Order: sequence, then C-alpha cells, then structure tokens
Amino acid sequence: MNDSYESVLSRKNQIMQNSVGINYDKYEFGKIGFDYEAMMADCGFTLPEVRKIQAEYGVGNTPLKECRNLAALARKFAKPGFGARIFIKDESLNDSGSFKARRASMACYKAKQLGFKGVIAATSGNYGAAVASQAAKHGLKCIIVQECFDSKGIGQPEIIEKARACEAYGAEVIQLSVGPELFYKFLLLLEETGYFNASLYTPYGVMGIESLGAELIEDCLKLTGKVPDMVVCTNAGGGNLTGTARGIYKATKKKIQIVGASVNLKGLHMANDIDFNRKSFTTGHTGFGLPFMINPDRSDVPRSAARPLRYIDRYVTVNQGEVFFMTEALAALEGIERGPAGNTSMAAAFSLAQELPENQIIVVQETEYTGAGKHHQAQLSFARQNGIDIFFGNPQEEIPGKTIILPKSAGMIMTQDLDLESIRLKYIQTQVSKLDSLSKTDIDYLAIETNMPRERVLEEIAKYNINVEE
Amino acid sequence: MIKKNSWVQIKKTILAPEQRAANLPEPTKKVPLVMWVKGWLLADGTLGEQARIKTVTGREESGVLVCDNPTYRHNYGEFVPEILEIDKIVKTELFGGDSDE
Repeated sequence: MNDSYESVLSRKNQIMQNSVGINYDKYEFGKIGFDYEAMMADCGFTLPEVRKIQAEYGVGNTPLKECRNLAALARKFAKPGFGARIFIKDESLNDSGSFKARRASMACYKAKQLGFKGVIAATSGNYGAAVASQAAKHGLKCIIVQECFDSKGIGQPEIIEKARACEAYGAEVIQLSVGPELFYKFLLLLEETGYFNASLYTPYGVMGIESLGAELIEDCLKLTGKVPDMVVCTNAGGGNLTGTARGIYKATKKKIQIVGASVNLKGLHMANDIDFNRKSFTTGHTGFGLPFMINPDRSDVPRSAARPLRYIDRYVTVNQGEVFFMTEALAALEGIERGPAGNTSMAAAFSLAQELPENQIIVVQETEYTGAGKHHQAQLSFARQNGIDIFFGNPQEEIPGKTIILPKSAGMIMTQDLDLESIRLKYIQTQVSKLDSLSKTDIDYLAIETNMPRERVLEEIAKYNINVEE
Repeated sequence: MIKKNSWVQIKKTILAPEQRAANLPEPTKKVPLVMWVKGWLLADGTLGEQARIKTVTGREESGVLVCDNPTYRHNYGEFVPEILEIDKIVKTELFGGDSDE
C-alpha cells in the first residue's frame, strides 16, 4: 500500500470507519446537516449504564468541595452582597488523575465489547494517561500518539510527564515533533494495528462526561439544597463542555448558565515549531477552543460528538499568569495542590463569582493531578528558560509567547468575554460559504448547531448568495 | 555497543521538509517531522546508527538509536520565587497584614 502523506490521507474515511465502528454516512442529511442526537443514541449507552460501567472501572463519584477561602477572597473585591459560593469537582481523584478517565472509560469499554485487541489515541493531554489506564483494566493494548517535542528535541515538561504516565499504565507512546501531520502517523498506526480509535470526539468520548454533569447537580443539591447557578468548564476541543452540559440537563430541568473558559494564547500559532515551547499551556487554550467551536468537525473523526456551540452560554478567557496565580492560591488557601491546566476554569470562576450575589453558586467542574513537569513551578521555570519574561503586574497586559504577568493582587484576575455571537456567525460562514444552495432542514440544523433562532440564521444566510430550497 | 534486548529509544524522520503538509508556518516547514519511540533492541546496536526495536505493543519500528535505558528527567525546574510571593499576596489580602506572624 502507498504510504505517502497524500495517499494515506485519501484513505482517511475508510480507516476511520474501520477503527470506530460507526458508519457516519448514515446520519448525514441535506447539504450540511447530520443527525447528532441519533448518532449519540445509536451508541447504545444510557446515562445510568455509563455510570454503572464507570463505577466498575475506577471512574466518577468524585467529591464536590466548597472553596470557602477563595470565595471569601473574591468577596473582598466584589461589591457588597456579591461574591458567589465556589465549589470544585475534584476530578483529579479519578484513576489516571483527571476527568478524561470518564471519556476513556466508555471508549475502552466499547473497544473491548467490539472485540478490538487494542486502542489508539492521538493526544498530548491527560487523555493519554486516561486511555492507557482504562486499556490496562480491560487488557487492551494501547498506543498514545503525542505532539511532544520541538525540532531540537526539547519537550514541554507537562507533555513529557504525560508520556511517563502513559508508559506507567503500559502504553506505547509515539512522540512526535510539532505539526498537524501527527494525524498522518496516527492513520498509519490505525491501519497497521487494526486497533480501535479511542478518539476524544466519538460519542463514547463525550457521553462518558455526561456523568460528570449529572453528578455535579446531585452533589450540589446534597451539599446546598440547590442546583448551581453557573458551571464553568475549561474549553479546548469542546467535549468537556458538551458532555457536562448534556449531563446537567439530564439531571435537572432548571436553566444553568454554562460558561466555557480558555487560556488566552492569542498570537501563538499552534503548528509553529518555535511557538510550541513559548506557551505554558498545552491544552485548555484558545488555540484549540476557538477553531473547534467554529468548526467542530475538524477533529479526528468525520463527525465530532463535541458540539459546544449548542450548549455554551458565555465564553471567557483568562491569561496564563492568572491561571498560575490561581493554581498557587488553591494550594495556599484551600490546601488543594493540583495541575495548572485544570485550574483554568477556577481562575475564571474566581472572577465570575464577583459578578453574582453571594447566595448564588458556581461549580468549577474539574481538577487534574499534578507532579513533576505538570506543575506551575515546573511550567513557570520552563517558560523562564525559554526567554519568557515573568513578573507581577496587570495580567491583562500579558503577551502570550513573550510575557507571563502574575496579578499584583487577586483582585486583578478578570475574565475577558469573547463575542459568542460573532463565533456563531463564523460557524455559519465556515459551513455555507462555498455552497450555492441549502435545504430547509439545513437551516434547522444551523439553528440547532449555533443555538440561534431560525430567523436569525436566515437573516445571516441572506448575506451569502445561497438559494434556500423548499 | 548496546546489547540485544536492551530497552532503548530510537528517532526516525517521518516526513522530510519537502514531504510536509501545505500551509505550515515557516519555522515548521523548514524542519522534518520526527518521531521518537521506545522498545527492546532486536539486535546488538550502536548509538547514532540504525536499529530495529520491538515496542511494548509488539510492533516493530526502525530508526536511529538515540539512547539506552531512556530515563525520565523532567522535574520541578529551577525554583521560581514569585510563587512564594503569590502566597503572601493572597494570605495578606484574605487574612490581613499579620497573617505570616
């Protein structure tokens, strides 16, 4: 078989179909539409089944903890009567140390059920250790493909630690230099091994998180007698937010504000060999968050089960310095030492809490494990070695890749809102700009996908030269 | 010489610069896509020379032998004193100026 880059990519759809056991064509309709809910339903696990499987495999039922000192600190900077209660779902206590165990548990369970010998996942994040851990439980072989080093072989300390964790759980780790062609090696490996593609973006990868949404509602009711007013999710590929929101709305009919939070890495190019080691966050950042929101199907499966625009009510960014500051504050004031990337949503929550009355409740829905390499101490040190200027000041002036500005006061932590309306319109542009006609069902699909009224979608479509067929 | 069956790491060029995807940023376009992978050496080998390995999943890969018993050397880095300053800031702001007494 021809293994050239172009040739392998041209076989992509067939490789994918063989490796996930889903016929995606079945859900397509109109020019652009696809039946998302049918795809989710066909995967054959209800939420109670997901929870039962997870309980058997070391996943879920993590504690929800109130961060009283952080809330008290936030109130120092809020107007009188404001400063919501802050709770954190301590997901680092899942086997493998992050909420990603929820996603991996369903992917590996399904792989075993379908008779695959092994699983492969392309990830530089906690998902690698999660898949490796779950694969170990099922006796499945496991390969994790990471983007890890720059061309000089210098690796992000956080990713090197994740490779170690994968190896600790018995996985083979393929480490690559910077570049989107990681996908090419990933496809080659799927073809060579015939393993299951434990993608973050299959229905399994997303339904596994629904349990997190449902649990946090139940935990919050148990602890406070109320459901949360706001849930903050760190957002990268969108699966975390999508799965959490879906789980929340399976557990309650009450409207809860779903906020996505990403680290602002504006100006850094994700595929740039030099920028690679100038960033201090390798996930949970805008470099993934924005492109995946605007075009969720850019993922490693034909149709992504992560569709954050359907669920998100507000999208905010925080800066690297703010997240490092909050990571240390969580240790110093709450006695909870966790990895920085998982605290992106905590940094956002600290600021958002100040906008809400003090009887309201914010839930931060994750934490991640910490250790050598994957720690604010290690990551700040690495940034300094790479010439990043680290100092105290106004974090809003931080320039990703040049400075990390730690706030001079906790009161300077301030989320910045991204304009969701313009993101929704960019989504539409991505979908329709090359088309000359759309069906009525496509318009309905766009309304659901963007969570905008149908009339607003039609108004936007009118800007393009597109004929809407009856 | 490194003995057969030793646990080693190899390095291999997956795509030469001219084989890489279109539309890459300039610094990435100039360099090859490189892979590092670990496994057991299938025959006695020498650092810097071609070698074949068997990985933990039983696959075979070949590439340049880069090290024997690859070791995890990541750590907590050089001490960053600003972290202590963060503690002072948040404790003073929450508990008042005498929180460290």
